[in-house]
Amino acid sequence: MAQRGIREYEGKKILFDGLAKTIPSFKGKSEKLALVRPDTDPKQLVKDHPWLLKTKLVAKPDQLFGKRGKHGLLCLNADWKTAWKWISDRMHKTVTVGKTTGELNTFMIEPFTPHKEDAEECYVAIRAYRDFDTIYLSNKGGIYVEENWNKVKETHVPILSTIDDVKLNMPEFGKRKAQIEQFVRALYKVYAEGHFTYLEINPFTFLGDEIVPLDLVARVDDTAAFECVKIWGDLEFPSSFGQHLTKEEEFIRGIDEGTGASLKLTMLNPEGRIWNMVAGGGASVIYADTVCDLGYSKELANYGEYSGDPSAEDTYQYARTVLDLLTRKKDPRGKVLIIGGGIANFTDVAKTFKGIIKALTEYKTKLVEGKVRIYVRRGGPNYKEGLANMRKLGETLGVPIEVYGPETHMTAVVSMALNPAPAKAPACKPARAGGKK
Amino acid sequence: MKPELFTKDTTAIVYGYHVNAIQRMLDFDYAAGRKTPSVAAIVNPGSEGVHKVFFGKGEVLLPMYKNFSAAAVKHPKADVVVNFASFRSAFESSMEALNHPNIRTVCVIAEGVPERRARILAATAKKLDKMVIGPATVGGIKAGCFKIANTAGTYENIVESRLHRPGSVGFVSKSGGLSNECYNIIARNTDGLYEGIAIGGDAYPGSTLLEHILRYEAIPAVKMIVALGEIGGTEELRIVEALKAKKIKKPLVIWVTGTCSTMFPAGVQFGHAGAKAGSDLETAQAKNKALKDAGAIVPDSFNDYGVKVNETYEKLVKKGTIKPAADVPAPTLPMDFAQALKEGKIRKATTFINTISNEKKEELEYLNIPISKVLESNMGIGGVIGLLWFKRQLPDYGNKFLETALMLTADHGPAVSGAHNAIVAARAGKDIISSLASGLLTIGPRFGGAIDGAAQHFKRAYDAGLTPEQFINDMKAKGINVPGIGHKVKSLSNPDMRVTQLKAFCKKNFTDTSLLDYALEVEQLTTKKKGNLILNVDGCIGICFVDMLSSAGSFTKDEIDNIVNMGCLNALFVVGRSIGIFGHIFDQKRLKQPLYRTPYDEIAYMTDL
Repeated sequence: MAQRGIREYEGKKILFDGLAKTIPSFKGKSEKLALVRPDTDPKQLVKDHPWLLKTKLVAKPDQLFGKRGKHGLLCLNADWKTAWKWISDRMHKTVTVGKTTGELNTFMIEPFTPHKEDAEECYVAIRAYRDFDTIYLSNKGGIYVEENWNKVKETHVPILSTIDDVKLNMPEFGKRKAQIEQFVRALYKVYAEGHFTYLEINPFTFLGDEIVPLDLVARVDDTAAFECVKIWGDLEFPSSFGQHLTKEEEFIRGIDEGTGASLKLTMLNPEGRIWNMVAGGGASVIYADTVCDLGYSKELANYGEYSGDPSAEDTYQYARTVLDLLTRKKDPRGKVLIIGGGIANFTDVAKTFKGIIKALTEYKTKLVEGKVRIYVRRGGPNYKEGLANMRKLGETLGVPIEVYGPETHMTAVVSMALNPAPAKAPACKPARAGGKK
Repeated sequence: MKPELFTKDTTAIVYGYHVNAIQRMLDFDYAAGRKTPSVAAIVNPGSEGVHKVFFGKGEVLLPMYKNFSAAAVKHPKADVVVNFASFRSAFESSMEALNHPNIRTVCVIAEGVPERRARILAATAKKLDKMVIGPATVGGIKAGCFKIANTAGTYENIVESRLHRPGSVGFVSKSGGLSNECYNIIARNTDGLYEGIAIGGDAYPGSTLLEHILRYEAIPAVKMIVALGEIGGTEELRIVEALKAKKIKKPLVIWVTGTCSTMFPAGVQFGHAGAKAGSDLETAQAKNKALKDAGAIVPDSFNDYGVKVNETYEKLVKKGTIKPAADVPAPTLPMDFAQALKEGKIRKATTFINTISNEKKEELEYLNIPISKVLESNMGIGGVIGLLWFKRQLPDYGNKFLETALMLTADHGPAVSGAHNAIVAARAGKDIISSLASGLLTIGPRFGGAIDGAAQHFKRAYDAGLTPEQFINDMKAKGINVPGIGHKVKSLSNPDMRVTQLKAFCKKNFTDTSLLDYALEVEQLTTKKKGNLILNVDGCIGICFVDMLSSAGSFTKDEIDNIVNMGCLNALFVVGRSIGIFGHIFDQKRLKQPLYRTPYDEIAYMTDL
């Protein structure tokens, strides 16, 4: 759970509904937005959104990436037929944006606003910092904002203040000053109430007396979902562009969402020889670090963690998912599985290991065939029982299992696993007095 | 605020009824030799009263309040709140605690507190010159003084990491899970921990790494500082600034985790919400380098973390800055009963034996048969009685027979003593259980006992080889009317249809009807004396029951004797008749009948006698 990007379509919906409370010209604007997915039926879409036939339109991909104009992914001033054809031509096409390649599968359509680029594009963004939010405001928006960044005016809104208590630092807006000030203040309120962590409108322009936001980028704090049920509606958090979850990642995410504990899995290289099954959000990062620090990043198959005292059943499901992936392809050099972790505060080691042992037993034959070596390091409540059970398993599993406790440095098993021959690993210094086993 | 958050006298109010965490706090207190428990009170929105908990070898009571303010008023010395409230309510409860004048430190355990709320908490704490630890943390520990919630895990771990007495090292990390690992590393490489805090893995923790580092800088007993940072955010860069500004003079060993992220595809979210590099400045590599350049002691990888901690410590000992803290043995904590049992260190005699059912299996079982199978088999209530009373799967006709017996005994009108008493009790306004009991309590030798009596007497006589004639004479000699014989109006020529049907059923289905045949011979003799001395329905049920058990073939003779002698037939009558008695109770209640009083003309007053 953390800050998550949302679609421009949904961001604008939330924004327009919020702005409509204080600025009449935004009333009904949230209705004039349409989202097109691979299964969208054009007839039904037009039925639901009759305005599509009456106005000139903008169509663009809505998949959490920017610079669409630069990549030729903007369809401007089009009628419905043209816009739909433009989208159909691009649906399921693979494109590269910056360094990322991915498939186009979601587009948004909205009314087209004619404007003069040089004079009429402005910029506003709000970003969360620890002690305040900063409002960035510029009269040079669009593609010019970066080269004119020194002209952007900043206003800090301290976290314990409201926007009404703060004097807005504004660039020259001429006769539109009061209108823009009202807009920005209303925008901040939507931002704060909707638990946005980042909101950027670049550019916004004008149609007669109305302010019209053109392109929007937004991130919200997904932990606030319980406070924002009304404001967000049924908000979706899409994966970032080019990233799509494998079946197994999806499965683990499902378990994760259904429990108070935490279970995470990201595949890095399915052909990799080094597999981590590590307990703890912090420890899992360190295990991955250590594999990379030792120069084996290309061989690292996965990142993942389980923590927060998951049940034996959830741990079993997690373990068998990893083991299934691990044993799909053989490597002539064999593979390495690191069942690592720090010294738990309250996760019951014996209980979680029970789930892992069940999965290992189930995959016995495949583990032997795949020449898998297993390294275990763990501490915490009932760790002695858990480690003893692992050692016992080693007698029958048919693949080598080396088992270590808190007396061995947490990541020492990584070096042991990667350089098994010398078996010289940095051991923890023994305690100098007391606390000896 | 003063740099020290906790002393050996610090007490806390624990918000949330987390019994394991509370016990672990008090176990630590015992290890540290505290005179008073570190938990002053518990706030449990569900209920109030007291909570019993171990304090060393004995037990103490901790007061429990429904709301925070009541606890705070009663315990003015408690200046720490350990807040276990969920992510939904953690903000409100933490703000309430923070705004209370008694409270200096609030530790927020919950994961998933909205970032904006966490930022407000942090800013409020700053404004009030107070401390927030968390959200999304396990807490922290001041060695030998005070422990927050589940920090440092079990008693065994506390003692092994020598946290029951202070050393010279101040520690701070984001990760709660890793803090415990680091206490182990510190224990093995120095004279021990002085204090350790896990600020939590969220993007906006209530207090920062730097705030705690600066506290350690100001505490004279802390001689060196160890910290563990994380990819994401710019917090570590503020440590760099503080190092450059010479605000941190004590040796600082620090490592920022997440160096692997540059190898990963963009957008991988690590286990912690704050762990995601937004810019190149936020990568672990950049932060480690900046820290090293600013004078911190930074290992090449986590593998060398302990080595650097040790080198730094040894230098300080050599210089004389650190005089290694003496080791104090920790008292042995008596093992919990449950734990000892689990580890096989003790054994305990049980006080009950149960051989008929088991609710501890994955599914409820009657006599090793899962309840779903019981239902699937259509064995009916008769089959269930077979399993739970006789510990057998009876043949279908056995089940049917028992159900028939239940149907036949269910009611016999309102006038009999059982129904009558139940009606009187129900009309006195008593509840259904009392009314039922008042009716059932009349069941005995004179009411409802004939079934049991018939089975016992006929069986005894038959087993002893008495002829029907000998049996009748024997009963006569004893002055007992033969139970199960006789009806008010019915006779052989005007038979009781219930008996006729029951007999036919048994004849048709049972493989053995020897006791019924015997009883019918007896009936031949008794009816000769008087036409209405027939085998009645009670007698027929009791006698056929014995034949049913013999027919089933799975009972030994002794078992059948035992079943009859235990009073199983009485039990059958009680179960059956309860149905009717309830009927009478509901009937009275439905009709809203008033209190019953026996009319005077029903009573012969003969007090003059």
